Amino acid sequence: MMYDILQGCIMSFIIYLTNGISLGSVYAIIALGYTMVYGIAKMLNFAHGDVIMIGAYIALMAMTKGGVPGIPAVLLAMAGCTVLGILIEKIAYKPLRKAGSPLAVLITAIGVSYLLQNIALLVFGPDPKTFVSVISVPNLQMAGGKLTISGNTIITIVISIIIMLSLNWFVQKTKPGHAMLAVSEDKDAAQLMGVNVNGTISMTFAIGSALAAVAGVLLCTAYPSLTPYTGSMPGIKAFVAAVFGGIGSIPGAMIGGILLGIIQILATAYISSQVADAIVFGVLIVILLVRPAGLFGKNIQEKV
Amino acid sequence: MAMLEVQDLHVYYGVIQALKGISFKVEQGEVIALIGANGAGKTTTLHTITGLLSPKQGSVIFEGKNITKVPAHKIVELGIAHVPEGRRVFSQLSVYDNLKMGAFTRKDKAEIEESLETVYRRFPRLKERMNQRAGTLSGGEQQMLAMGRALMSKPKLIVMDEPSMGLSPIFVNEIFDIIQVVSDSGTTVLLVEQNAKKALTIADRAYVLETGKITMEGRAEDLLHNEAVQKAYLGE
Repeated sequence: MMYDILQGCIMSFIIYLTNGISLGSVYAIIALGYTMVYGIAKMLNFAHGDVIMIGAYIALMAMTKGGVPGIPAVLLAMAGCTVLGILIEKIAYKPLRKAGSPLAVLITAIGVSYLLQNIALLVFGPDPKTFVSVISVPNLQMAGGKLTISGNTIITIVISIIIMLSLNWFVQKTKPGHAMLAVSEDKDAAQLMGVNVNGTISMTFAIGSALAAVAGVLLCTAYPSLTPYTGSMPGIKAFVAAVFGGIGSIPGAMIGGILLGIIQILATAYISSQVADAIVFGVLIVILLVRPAGLFGKNIQEKV
Repeated sequence: MAMLEVQDLHVYYGVIQALKGISFKVEQGEVIALIGANGAGKTTTLHTITGLLSPKQGSVIFEGKNITKVPAHKIVELGIAHVPEGRRVFSQLSVYDNLKMGAFTRKDKAEIEESLETVYRRFPRLKERMNQRAGTLSGGEQQMLAMGRALMSKPKLIVMDEPSMGLSPIFVNEIFDIIQVVSDSGTTVLLVEQNAKKALTIADRAYVLETGKITMEGRAEDLLHNEAVQKAYLGE
């Protein structure tokens, strides 16, 4: 009897944990976009969350209205968001970069966020659209049927791991990746090496936005109700994750995202679903008090 | 035709005029020193040459081509490498990756490898530390890395801003020895230095800058023995 209860507790904990890792992986992918853009352009792109929502709509429309199969629909969404990201940067942010005030860009980013939401409202309407499954994966049965982990959860985690590993490889091992690191550390010195700073910033927005599209699809697969405001909350949570991990740090965004997802799901399950979000944001406040630079925040000491 | 010709440069930071009409020439193979006090406009001059700043008036001619409007990231391809003041190495990248950044615009892998070997020969310490993060190097080693990184672009002209700043006397001598070696290997050098004595010892010709203007010029040897220069810059 006692044993059964204990076993049940452990089983449900494992399920919560995997769900947390899964949701956290989505946050991590979004947080990567935030943190890379911050690292390169030293700006917070608050419209990033809404790019997720646009990505999800593109994929959904391609599948339901265009009859495009799942995977190509996701690729289409990635392409669409890449173009969108580059356009936002070129039209809204680039002209302000030389203006010198970080506040101007920040406010513009909030403006772009509302613009995207309202465009979606105009085009797709306010009613929630039910997201259709991109690929169907059977659920994983373990422990003689006592433990069931949904196929979507597994797919989300696997895709996130692939994305994180490839992004890490790209940044650490390739020439454009090194250009990104160089620009994020010292724009002038990077230019002296022959790195086109504007091109590198564009590329960063492109990568971040393509990842946002993937995150949008993964998010809507797990929570299949899509509205023009779908991207807003996850966007803010991912921002928290990026700050949590240390804004500007790629591993920080990954770890921060996953931890945040776990905290949110466990808080929902064991404390209360109503205060889960409050706990998530509470974590941010505590982290900022204890470690203002975040978990992996950089405190580069300059040698004289 | 001079390799580099700077004509009547006027550069402003907002309303403050930093350069008030500077003209000078660098001939192929020379070592030219720009000396002067803090705020005289030495760094501004170098930044204008490599495109980090743009002049309000005047022009920069390199190998007969007007490069005044060429953006900074296209300058290195033309054959000018800039070793910035304060080294500015990429501290998160390894020594090796920093050197690879120096060859960013070059395509031929075999040639890059060759340049890397040359740099390692000149700076054996960099080879020992190739996998170390640049941020963990000492100041002198970072200066070597900054110079090695610039040499990786195989420049015709190397522009150096205060390479000896903040270094111990041993490193200062080592850095100047290397500048001599770089010059001997055929690279033209434009050197900005606070250490006027060292700079004048190594240079062929020199220009003295004072609050945005060139006030003296001539053979380095002559300036080294010039009374006014000795008083103002050599502390004698």
